[in-house]
Amino acid sequence: MLEQIEGSRAVAKTVARCRPEVVCAYPISPQTHIIEAIGALVRSGELARCEFINVESEFAAMSVAIGASAAGARAYTATASQGLLFMIEAVYNAAGLGLPVVMTLANRAVGAPINIWNDHSDAMAVRDAGWVQLFAETNQEAADLHVQAFRLAEELSVPVMVCMDGFVLTHAFEQVDVPEQDLVDAFLPPYEPRQVLDPADPVSIGAMVGPEAFEEVRYLAHVRQLAVLEQIPVVAAEFERTFGRRSGGLVSSYRAEDAEVVVVALGSVLGTIKDTVDERREQGERIGVVGITSFRPFPREAVRQVLSAARQVVVIEKAFSIGFGGVLATDVAMALQGLPPEVVSVVAGLGGRPITTVSLRRVLQAAVNDRLPPLTFLDLDEDLVRHELERMAATRRSGPTAENLLRDLGVPSGHIG
Amino acid sequence: MRRDLLPTDAVAAGGTPEAADTGAGTSGAIGDDPGAGRQRLRFYQVGSFAVGNRLADPSQRTVQSDATRSNSLDSGHRACQGCGEALGARYALDAAMRAAGGQLVAVNATGCLEVFSTPYPETSWRIAWLHSLFANAPAVATGVAAAMRVKGRSDVRVVAQAGDGGTVDIGFGCLSGMFERNDDVLFICYDNEAYMNTGVQRSGATPSAARTATTEAIGPDPGAPFGQGKDLPRLAMAHGIPYVATATVADLHDLEDKIERATLMRGARYVHVLVPCPLGWGTASADTIAVARLATQTGLFPVYEAKNGSVTSVSKIRRVQPVEAYLGMQKRFAHLFGTPGRPDIVARIQAIADDSIARFGLLDSHAGEPAERGAR
Ligand SMILES: Cc1ncc(C[n+]2csc(CCOP(=O)(O)OP(=O)(O)O)c2C)c(N)n1
Ligand code: SF4
Ligand SMILES: [Mg+2]
Repeated sequence: MLEQIEGSRAVAKTVARCRPEVVCAYPISPQTHIIEAIGALVRSGELARCEFINVESEFAAMSVAIGASAAGARAYTATASQGLLFMIEAVYNAAGLGLPVVMTLANRAVGAPINIWNDHSDAMAVRDAGWVQLFAETNQEAADLHVQAFRLAEELSVPVMVCMDGFVLTHAFEQVDVPEQDLVDAFLPPYEPRQVLDPADPVSIGAMVGPEAFEEVRYLAHVRQLAVLEQIPVVAAEFERTFGRRSGGLVSSYRAEDAEVVVVALGSVLGTIKDTVDERREQGERIGVVGITSFRPFPREAVRQVLSAARQVVVIEKAFSIGFGGVLATDVAMALQGLPPEVVSVVAGLGGRPITTVSLRRVLQAAVNDRLPPLTFLDLDEDLVRHELERMAATRRSGPTAENLLRDLGVPSGHIG
Repeated sequence: MRRDLLPTDAVAAGGTPEAADTGAGTSGAIGDDPGAGRQRLRFYQVGSFAVGNRLADPSQRTVQSDATRSNSLDSGHRACQGCGEALGARYALDAAMRAAGGQLVAVNATGCLEVFSTPYPETSWRIAWLHSLFANAPAVATGVAAAMRVKGRSDVRVVAQAGDGGTVDIGFGCLSGMFERNDDVLFICYDNEAYMNTGVQRSGATPSAARTATTEAIGPDPGAPFGQGKDLPRLAMAHGIPYVATATVADLHDLEDKIERATLMRGARYVHVLVPCPLGWGTASADTIAVARLATQTGLFPVYEAKNGSVTSVSKIRRVQPVEAYLGMQKRFAHLFGTPGRPDIVARIQAIADDSIARFGLLDSHAGEPAERGAR
């Protein structure tokens, strides 16, 4: 049933319908509304048989989830940004132990400078942790991906992170068909772990492994992720049969079949990009869009298929590897090895800067005219940067640049954040 | 109990001596205060412990002497010879297993105990055991306890264990959270007073003046600084949790008894066990028990129990010993002795011991007054 609902609440209701048995909560914007709503559902009794634990840190949140999952309970938590980085050791650990924890990541920039707004730096920071990372384009997809996430996690013993853009999705009210309880129950069987902490059948979990087998352990984790790659379309297809709508999958493609220039992106920005592409199509430009839903595991084959006919691939990404450039663009370029398309990276929307149709139009025009360098920063305030570079050249000084820039902008830093 | 058969120095302390009440883990012991009225046997060591135990009524003998003990931490592990932590863990978990009727899950922090017990592909654990990270054992245990509760497994008890580093330093955030929420976990700290697994570096539990690899015995203030360090049992008490106790590997009856009663309680429980480390302390492997006993008999390591934030019982010192007797056995304090030595530092340590004796009332009025120490 469609309802007008905030993204966070839609996700909370969906997670509750997945019947998690242990939920660990620690607040951080823009994730707060999700855990608040789940907490209320536990309090009201709507989500029964669930331990809702207010932990003292994100590190504890993931650790409690690890213990619960290892003991055979369906475990869930949510975080963002600094919270994800605070728990990172446990994030790796959950994956290393093969525990099917599901976590929502309300994507947010990582400081310093501290910034609560949306970008994808947090997700990229744990790219190599061994988690499945799914990116939602809309709130409907965010809700639906959680149901699929539990299914994938438990079938393959891997933790799954559902990434949804902070504020842009978490705080947006729109129409969402929150997955119905009976359908969720039909789609998601109760969790039956393969190995569990059971006094009747005592096992040691988490032993030390030295050089004699560590590479093999890691290789097998990779193989398992490749199995996830096979499973994602299967689960998405079954989801469509059960719920009657398409959500998830490896990649999504929009008007890309005959496109000369294809824009690739993650998450909610795909909506704005599609609007811009529609407009450019009307001008006769052959432009298309490909969204990557499964960022980890990375769908190399699917990406090759949808992009092989393009002349140029423009990756618009809300994060980059400082000192090198685009992260997603690197993956896309690797996937296209040996194929003709040229891949360029456009870093955009950092720290919540809006990615507007006007700016996208400019980028796409440049792409069509073959004038995009390998790495561009969208809407960079060149004057501000030049001024600071000149200052730095004149007086060598260590320390943060953020405060200097704000002074130049006339923004007292006390008013920020 | 047949008092007449005990060695003269063996004393029984506690409630009515009813043998039937001593079988730990019996249903009668379950409740808010499972240990209430239970016979508690204490030995004052004069000869071999084995003799004393053999003379006790079978129902009062230690878990360790029971042929049906679970051998939770089995032989074949890779601890150093005389490792107090291996002893402590074995004693504690066998006692917890007996109290829990075998329905136990243990969570282990990174540290010597974890490393020496589970070198891939072997394990010494005969119990359900999980190691996740160095700092998160309390939180992982909270998760296991939550899973047990939600699954209706009220019979399963959850133990978390860590070294002093994993407890007082890096794990303290998670531990304090676990305490504050009163999660249903028994946390056992094996305190060997330094980061042993990484090669004997100072922790927040390292005593003043002790030489470690990061507090070398050089300069005007050799060893670990004075005025630093954390007293975790007292911090645990400040959380007002149902049960806090200290113990050492020198008093097996006391350690087992505390672990058994703690296992059967609900909510957050904390037992802090002093476990000498021959490698880190520079003691002979055969002296682990002796040095642990001296830690208590000097007053430096007070042995007590607390409920809901208040001390409810202390183990009195039988014959108080000067700190020199304790420090002198350990190479980590070697720089305090010889010529010229550092009698000034020894005196400061003695003052710490005297404070501890006064704070916890470790001396019976008739027992050895400080003046009896002679050597001072
Ligand atoms: C986050 C993290 N920091 C540091 C380490 C390295 N480390 C492993 S064990 C250990 C020392 C453990 O000391 P303690 O908890 O006192 O246990 P012990 O080995 O003395 O029994 C250290 C520092 C680690 N594994 N993880
Ligand atoms: S270093 Fe110390 S704590 Fe570690 S195994 Fe050896 S004796 Fe035990
Ligand atoms: Mg230690």
